Amino acid sequence: MAVVGRAAEETNRRMLRARDAMDRGYAQPLDVPALARIAHVSPAHFTRTFRATFGETPHRYLQRRRVERAMFLLRESDRSVTDICFQVGFTSPGTFSRTFSAIVGHSPRTYRRRAAAADVPTCFTMAWTRPSA
Amino acid sequence: MFNAITHSQIYVLDQDEALDFYVGKLGLEVSADVDLGFMRWLTVSIPGHPERQILLEKPGPPAMSEQTAQQVRELVTKGATGGSLIFSTDDCRKTYETLRGRGVEFTEEPTDRPYGTDCGLRDPFGNSIRFTQPKA
Repeated sequence: MAVVGRAAEETNRRMLRARDAMDRGYAQPLDVPALARIAHVSPAHFTRTFRATFGETPHRYLQRRRVERAMFLLRESDRSVTDICFQVGFTSPGTFSRTFSAIVGHSPRTYRRRAAAADVPTCFTMAWTRPSA
Repeated sequence: MFNAITHSQIYVLDQDEALDFYVGKLGLEVSADVDLGFMRWLTVSIPGHPERQILLEKPGPPAMSEQTAQQVRELVTKGATGGSLIFSTDDCRKTYETLRGRGVEFTEEPTDRPYGTDCGLRDPFGNSIRFTQPKA
């Protein structure tokens, strides 16, 4: 049992390392094979294990991280919505707008109009404002 | 009422490995390393500042059942426990380079914020650590 436990801890830590890579490199074109390499597992195994560990697929995790970063830039910068779309890693404004609206419930422009800035350490803002399902 | 925070606690999976990391890599110093019999009381602090100590506690019996300890270890390695430390530094970028050279695993590069420049890293177990160079 102890051996099984250590294996689970090691797996968790690897999945966390891949998740950290998404939090750090969200703007880059991250794909499953690249993330699986970071976690030292096969791509098929990676998606399944990530989901079992964190309760959502790596794709969904990354999408919500990108949307969270877009929310941040909409609140705190005056860059255009299109610039922000590319800056957080989306490759098409249409997909960005659709994904953002589906997750947040408002379009990027509406969100920007309603938002207000918060003054706490960024790590907590990032952890708590990444939108949930 | 209260006048200081003297001790904070995080869970580590291995106290020797924790020492290697927190002292050997991050440059903290050992404030206390005492075998109490029932536990190893191991605390670290910023050099010269023993008034604020971090307890590096290993989860396990008799404080909690082996089963609970296992759950704690699984949460730590998922980055899901409260384990979170924020340090301050005079030079965030320089410290970042130094620690990178020592093989520290960073989660975020130095970034300018409204409150200063900060970055993030993980300890070997999954705890989240940040350090900030406050705005002058």
